[in-house]
Amino acid sequence: MDFNTVIQVLDSTIRLSTPLLLACLAGLFSERSGIVDIGLEGKMLIAAFFSAAVAFMTGSVWLGLLAGVVSSMALSAIHGLASITFRGNQIISGVALNFLASGLTVLIAQTWFSQGGRTPSLVGGARFSELTLPFADSLRPVPVLGPIYADLISGHSILVYVAFLLVPLTWWVMFRTRFGLRLRAVGEAPEAVDTAGVSVVGLRFASIAIAGVLCGLAGAYLATGLQAGFVREMTAGRGYIALAALIFAKWRPWYALGACLLFGFLQAVALRFQNIDLGAFVVPVQVMDALPYILTVVILAGFVGKAIPPRAGGEPYVKER
Amino acid sequence: MTFFAKTLGTVAALALSAGAAVADAALIYDLGGKFDKSFNEAGFNGAERYKAETGGNYRDIELQSEVQREQALRRFAEAGFNPIVTTGFSMSTPITAVAPEYPDTKFVTIDGYVDPEAHPNVLSVLFAEHEGSYLVGMMAAMASESDTVGFVGGMDIPLIRKFACGYAQGVLAVKPDAKVISNMTGTTPAAWNDPVKGSELAKAQISQGADVIYAAAGGTGLGVLQTAADEGILSIGVDSNQNYLHPGSVLTSMLKRVDVAVFDAMSAGPDLETGVIALGLANNGVGYALDDNNADLVSAEMKAAVDAAREQIIAGEISVHDYSSDDACPVLNF
Repeated sequence: MDFNTVIQVLDSTIRLSTPLLLACLAGLFSERSGIVDIGLEGKMLIAAFFSAAVAFMTGSVWLGLLAGVVSSMALSAIHGLASITFRGNQIISGVALNFLASGLTVLIAQTWFSQGGRTPSLVGGARFSELTLPFADSLRPVPVLGPIYADLISGHSILVYVAFLLVPLTWWVMFRTRFGLRLRAVGEAPEAVDTAGVSVVGLRFASIAIAGVLCGLAGAYLATGLQAGFVREMTAGRGYIALAALIFAKWRPWYALGACLLFGFLQAVALRFQNIDLGAFVVPVQVMDALPYILTVVILAGFVGKAIPPRAGGEPYVKER
Repeated sequence: MTFFAKTLGTVAALALSAGAAVADAALIYDLGGKFDKSFNEAGFNGAERYKAETGGNYRDIELQSEVQREQALRRFAEAGFNPIVTTGFSMSTPITAVAPEYPDTKFVTIDGYVDPEAHPNVLSVLFAEHEGSYLVGMMAAMASESDTVGFVGGMDIPLIRKFACGYAQGVLAVKPDAKVISNMTGTTPAAWNDPVKGSELAKAQISQGADVIYAAAGGTGLGVLQTAADEGILSIGVDSNQNYLHPGSVLTSMLKRVDVAVFDAMSAGPDLETGVIALGLANNGVGYALDDNNADLVSAEMKAAVDAAREQIIAGEISVHDYSSDDACPVLNF
């Protein structure tokens, strides 16, 4: 395995990690406020569809992005209505949203475009192009660092950089602002927050709205950044892997970055080297595909530290009388 | 009394309309829908051709979920439609359940296999995908400058390995030293609809030198074709003619003529001969696509070589190994 291959695998890792990272941060905001969000997958999917559909119709990827974010937030609002306002079961609401997104996207796509549940291919300004960072081409000849900068760091769509910048931003919001403190408190002890005179319902709605925006970015990145159009079920379980990453990261932003990069790396390796020959034995590709889940189970079982979810997670808040 | 007479009249009318439908054919599309620009749409085109050329009539239904399979079969059989044509391998199991109940109705499973001994009223139509893949493999090898070509499969099932194996044989027939990189997207049905993974696989193959990539992967293949177009290399589509998706980048498409199968079955009507048939090059069941979109990519020399190979395969001078015959491929390791 030469240096170029390493760069290529890491490059692929970044592309595969980005949607996971965005969805994982979305889950982080939601779950830290006490709202379990199984519906990450559905939100990504509906955002992927609307971003591609609107980008195709208007020719503008930015309008597409906006449509994706709005559609994802609409699902968030339904989730909030069901599980915060009406205190329904959060898991059931999330699962229902996944089904809704899965059916709705194909149905609308078929009605609008008649192409078997997908959007037509996007061209030109309807896609996110790859950004070339300054001096990328002139620095390329520099040994080792040149290719790392020019091929690995440069040359991604803008949403990738946004996703990575969102990690420190999330950390700052969560742990250095009053909003973040209240948000974390509402996930641990909502009655305390309520006693202090802060609206539990308002905070929870705010956090799932943020989750909606982040899932919208993730979906738009899949459909208009990585791909040129929507294909049915194109999220292919990434929302669930993001949830696994969230548990793996123990609900912390920097750990989330690490977990998503690790899961992305495992996928990239599995795609590049189908069966890994370790000399003594061969690791089949299926093992690589299953590793994220195995690792999550190991973490959950408490072998590597303890994963303690927010205490009030999954519980609708009922004011005491 | 008037009510009774009316009811009786309605029943009689219903019975008459059911009687009129006896000679009609029925077509059931698999999940994915009638206008999927691929497999099912080819079936629809065949049925439309039947309608236009023979003046016959047919009814069709698009399945929306797994549970409708048996239901749709039963309702068509109950209403007297004959033959009942279905697309997609997933229909073969429901057919084994329904077919014995309607021994006078003929069922057709396209791309599926039903044991002809146990179910004498079922026709299984299989395709010789390895033969068609062999031809596009030859074209890939001739178009390749790096002598490295790629294959991206969807879900890792024997059918897709059959594609890969035929393709690799075609490539090596032209350039014995060429390298064939073969990747499968996954082992679950999600592998059919993951264009993001398709793109990454294509990028990985390109970085290993591949300059022609054959995608037999459903929706995942769209990602492969897209990436090939973005990176300026050639790709090969599958099932139906996908040349139009990226004109100038899709070298050709390996065609499975589902339309031919549907047309033949419907034309035969209730007297359809059942059993198992394999549609290959000889009866135009498989082939490669040539149209305005790829006319500049396919040279006269390429076309001559492929057409010659086609004749030789039909004549039996070239034998293409079929992966599904012994679950092994002489030229490719999975």
